[in-house]
Amino acid sequence: MKSQNKSLFQKELVSEALKQSFVKLNPKVMFRNPVMFTVWVGTVIMLAVCIWILTGEKSQGFLSYNFVVFLVLFLTLLFANFAEAIAEARGKAQANSLRKTREETPAKKAEWIEGKLVNKNQTIPSSLLQKGDFFICEAGDIIPTDGEIVEGLATIDESAITGESAPVIRESGGDKSSVTGGTKVLSDKIIVKVTTEPGESFLDKMIALVEGASRQKTPNEIALTILLAGFTLIFIIVCITLKPFSDYANAPITIAAFIALFVCLIPTTIGGLLSAIGIAGMDRALRANVITKSGKAVETAGDIDVLLLDKTGTITIGNRKATHFFPAIGIDEKQFISRAVLSSMADNTPEGKSIIELSGMNPKLLEVHNSQFIKFTAETRSSGINLEDGSKIRKGAADAIKQLHEKTGGVFPQEITRQVEDISRNGGTPLVVYESLLQKSIVLGVIELQDIIKPGIQERFERLRKMGIKTVMVTGDNPLTAKYIAEKAGVDDFIAEAKPEDKMNYIKKEQAAGRLVAMMGDGTNDAPALAQADVGVAMNSGTQAAKEAGNMVDLDNDPTKLIEIVEIGKQLLMTRGTLTTFSIANDVAKYFAIIPALFIAAIPALQALNIMQLQSPESAILSAIIFNAIIIPLLIPLALKGVAYKPIGASALLRRNLFIYGLGGIIIPFIGIKLIDILVSQFI
Amino acid sequence: MNTEILGIIAMFVITLLLALPLGKYIARVYNGDQTLLDPIFNPLERLFFKISGINPYQEWSWQKNMIALLAINFVWFLLGMFILMNMSWLPLNPDHNPSQSAHLAFNTTISFLVNCNLQHYSGESGVSYLGQLYLMFLQFASAATGMAAAVTLFRALRKGTHKTLGNFFNDYLRSCTRILLPLSFIMSILLMFSGTPMTLEGKQQMISLQGDTTQVSTGPVAAFVAIKHLGTNGGGFFGANSAHPLENPTYFTNMLEMIAQMLIPFAMVFAFGYFIQRKKLSWVIFGVMTFGFLALAIPNVIMESQGNPIITQMGINNELGNMEGKEIRIGAPASGYWSIATTVISTGSVNSMHDSFMPLSGMNQLLAMMTNSFFGGVGVGILNYFIFIILAVFISGLMVGRTPEFLGKKIEAREMKIAMIIALLHPFLILAGTAMASSFPLYTASTLNNPGFHGFSEMLYEYTSSAANNGSGFEGLGDNTPWWNISTGFVLIFGRFLPIIGPVAIAGILGAKKYIPESVGTLQTDTATFGFMTLAVIVILAALAFFPVLTLGPIAEFFSIH
Repeated sequence: MKSQNKSLFQKELVSEALKQSFVKLNPKVMFRNPVMFTVWVGTVIMLAVCIWILTGEKSQGFLSYNFVVFLVLFLTLLFANFAEAIAEARGKAQANSLRKTREETPAKKAEWIEGKLVNKNQTIPSSLLQKGDFFICEAGDIIPTDGEIVEGLATIDESAITGESAPVIRESGGDKSSVTGGTKVLSDKIIVKVTTEPGESFLDKMIALVEGASRQKTPNEIALTILLAGFTLIFIIVCITLKPFSDYANAPITIAAFIALFVCLIPTTIGGLLSAIGIAGMDRALRANVITKSGKAVETAGDIDVLLLDKTGTITIGNRKATHFFPAIGIDEKQFISRAVLSSMADNTPEGKSIIELSGMNPKLLEVHNSQFIKFTAETRSSGINLEDGSKIRKGAADAIKQLHEKTGGVFPQEITRQVEDISRNGGTPLVVYESLLQKSIVLGVIELQDIIKPGIQERFERLRKMGIKTVMVTGDNPLTAKYIAEKAGVDDFIAEAKPEDKMNYIKKEQAAGRLVAMMGDGTNDAPALAQADVGVAMNSGTQAAKEAGNMVDLDNDPTKLIEIVEIGKQLLMTRGTLTTFSIANDVAKYFAIIPALFIAAIPALQALNIMQLQSPESAILSAIIFNAIIIPLLIPLALKGVAYKPIGASALLRRNLFIYGLGGIIIPFIGIKLIDILVSQFI
Repeated sequence: MNTEILGIIAMFVITLLLALPLGKYIARVYNGDQTLLDPIFNPLERLFFKISGINPYQEWSWQKNMIALLAINFVWFLLGMFILMNMSWLPLNPDHNPSQSAHLAFNTTISFLVNCNLQHYSGESGVSYLGQLYLMFLQFASAATGMAAAVTLFRALRKGTHKTLGNFFNDYLRSCTRILLPLSFIMSILLMFSGTPMTLEGKQQMISLQGDTTQVSTGPVAAFVAIKHLGTNGGGFFGANSAHPLENPTYFTNMLEMIAQMLIPFAMVFAFGYFIQRKKLSWVIFGVMTFGFLALAIPNVIMESQGNPIITQMGINNELGNMEGKEIRIGAPASGYWSIATTVISTGSVNSMHDSFMPLSGMNQLLAMMTNSFFGGVGVGILNYFIFIILAVFISGLMVGRTPEFLGKKIEAREMKIAMIIALLHPFLILAGTAMASSFPLYTASTLNNPGFHGFSEMLYEYTSSAANNGSGFEGLGDNTPWWNISTGFVLIFGRFLPIIGPVAIAGILGAKKYIPESVGTLQTDTATFGFMTLAVIVILAALAFFPVLTLGPIAEFFSIH
């Protein structure tokens, strides 16, 4: 799914966009964009002027010249429309390819019969499934639509969505109960409840956003539109008042020259590309396999100050692993290890398995009969085994074991306390193993579990820090361990022994201080925090509640995705800002092209202002508007790809962009207009 | 080095050295800290507030402060109309000067009220001493209005969230009693010792060197001239303004008046930094303003010192520079420097005839008023500059990929709307006014002193000066006609109060917003980079709006004599 669209302009997209560029000439559509709407009005006026000349008017110059001006203005409109249309087409194509898989998939609808959900061999198209319906999927079935598993467990191939080939397990209850339409069940059978109305899944919403029907302008887009409208108004004033001024100076100006001056001055470049930039932002998010529920969410992501990340899976690889056995003084290492293995035999957690793995023993060789396994509970905070001879082996958190041990009158060995502290300080998790028989108990030793920090994560946090974003690690570990891992991974802060409400409180606290917070979550208990966060990214594998609460859904379930989302948001704003600067800076050269052309006939002394040495007033005006038109399609690739973001600090970034787009914006049109003038003057 | 140039450098440096402590003092005044003048003025102020039923410690929202500002100004307007239209029978009129016509009184009152002082009359014959004293009072009132408005903005931009922004009347009164009055007092004394008259007696008879008997107008000139400069008003006591030998007798008084007019605009920038505790920001603002000022002033000093090339071609000694319309005791370089100081700062007092400057010097004077934010008038200069900061913050915020923010407050659509309207207003008033004047030659053609490009520049200058609340003129224009009095009168009102209310409104909205602490990603606004960005916005906006009109005026004139 990823990186399918190598080329910016695919054939079928271009032809669709070309069609749309004409459809969008409808004044009702044009009116949404004040800058381009004024160009539209100018084009209509030029058409009228051409007709006027045809009826015999002599004061406006040659018909051919006026017609070329009309044509260039018309092209300017088409180019601007094309920019928007191609962005839409790309976004739609991307979303459609995701959606295609799920349409018209046969669904085995289930009905309630005698209190059970049963499929009566009834297969219906997925598009007929309503919210609240149930369907059944068995091995080999494609899941027809988004839903939540109410019964059963299955391995599912989600590669159609995520591009990840390893199958994942989804089961009813808990945080991994959500399934996505278009993915394939590989084994077992599940009963799924439909959670979205047809046509209202996140993807459908996103497609609607891209298509423009429900696309709302984001706050920054509105403010920028005001700025551009303001500039347009200034130039309306400049051009209208120029009429009495030129009359006063006895330098009459033709309508074509007026309109050319006006169209060149108003910021058509950014005006024509503005909506394309916004759509391209959402499209880039989609390309990163993130579904956004609004354009605003992408924009907000660029402003994020604080990032909340879960430790497990984000900062560290999966789960902790046992790395060392430390027997207590006077305990034989082998005996300790075998006791540790016994206590972990029934422990199916990754930690438990890793203890057996580290011991190198086959637990089946240990002869155990009539034993009773004790599961881990939150109260005892330990697990273990009761052997036939009545001895109880427990492993668990140091203080839990200490309590048990002291209850039987034992004294917790000092070297064990020291060992426990050492391990904690180094970011490890100590598990203490003890055995009791009758009323006597003995501490056997400590197992060290260690987190493994993901390679490359430090660099990513460093990059975030340079962007000015504070990273916060959320973990259930004790503060000592949390601090160690936080330091090692390079995060700025951590929440240790975190309960779901801690996340919420932390977010509220940061927001109260005026900061914008982003977080990623999957569980139902994350939902309130996801809703509270300014940018809440729910994992696609998460529960429906989490997905509803967040404003983005990450199809890859990749916790580091937030970093990409932030960059996409920043790119979006930067692209708008730099193109606005470029557009306005262009006016300097256009003035030097057009103003002398307007007055040279009446005031020959102004030839000195013609610093580009343009051939004639007509060629100067044509060159300026042709440059103004073709710069739009030339900048479409930049608008779609976005201006590259570099975390070099705000001031340095401003200097860099001012240099490239400000100074470049002043110089490039001088060169461009001169070159076009050389070409144009061949034909005049 | 040339002493004349040294004199100019001295003027700038002395102003800066005085402005630094004054800025700190101004910040203290508005902070409500104790000052040396408390024993004198505290009882007086208490009395004023008691009579008017105002509690100066009650803080108001920005809206209420602005209503107070408009209300008090309206009262001064009515009073001014009454006095100017009835001067002939009112007391203090030893020279028996006539009352003003309604349209002239309208223009005069408005232009003194809005710190413009366009003066479509001559002080010697156009107003009585009572009129002059009231106009002098308005010069205090208008300067205090600008300062109190600026302080409302300062209060909004402090760290944290602020819904109430001081009490306008308190700031207004303290601006007069703690800053303007004491400074004017010192300055008047210095002027009196230099030969400026200070009397309520009428014209004095004297015998000139040729032996003719002449009547010389005098009056309370020293007091008038002090506030005229300190308040960046620029309304002269005499028609010839600071070119008049009694209003500006010596090179020393010229320096004094020059320093006085730039003093408070400089000091307000530093006061801003002290008040909101961001001294670096105020240095950046000062740097940009100084750069803009010098970029206009230095070419003028050079062009005026070089003189008119056509006169040189005629074989006439042009060593003194372009001396047409200039005073020999002041000289071409100091006049060139003054011409930009008085236009960037919206004083509009003149010590030479701007009409007679070289074409591009005239353009620089126009540009100084078109940008209207390099220092600018007392209080209002920093308000104008604030609009450009908002625009620069917005564009550069986008350029670094972050929702734009200034001093910890997000700039959103509403603020942009106001900023854009205010940024638009200035070119609109100038261009629309000039366009109307050039469309109706019936009313305007006969008032122009020159035909062609220069006549066009005269009209452009008049509206630019009005919109910028400057008050200087290309004095070739015969401007005491209903057309000029009424049209510029309205341009003055819009060009004054909207650019005060707009920035204060933006600041008020920002002040009430949540304060966002800075992070590495925040764009610092107290850096040279951001200063450059603001400068670029000011320059580009002025260039885009005014390039065509300047082409038809001074630029065409320049190319036609070179």
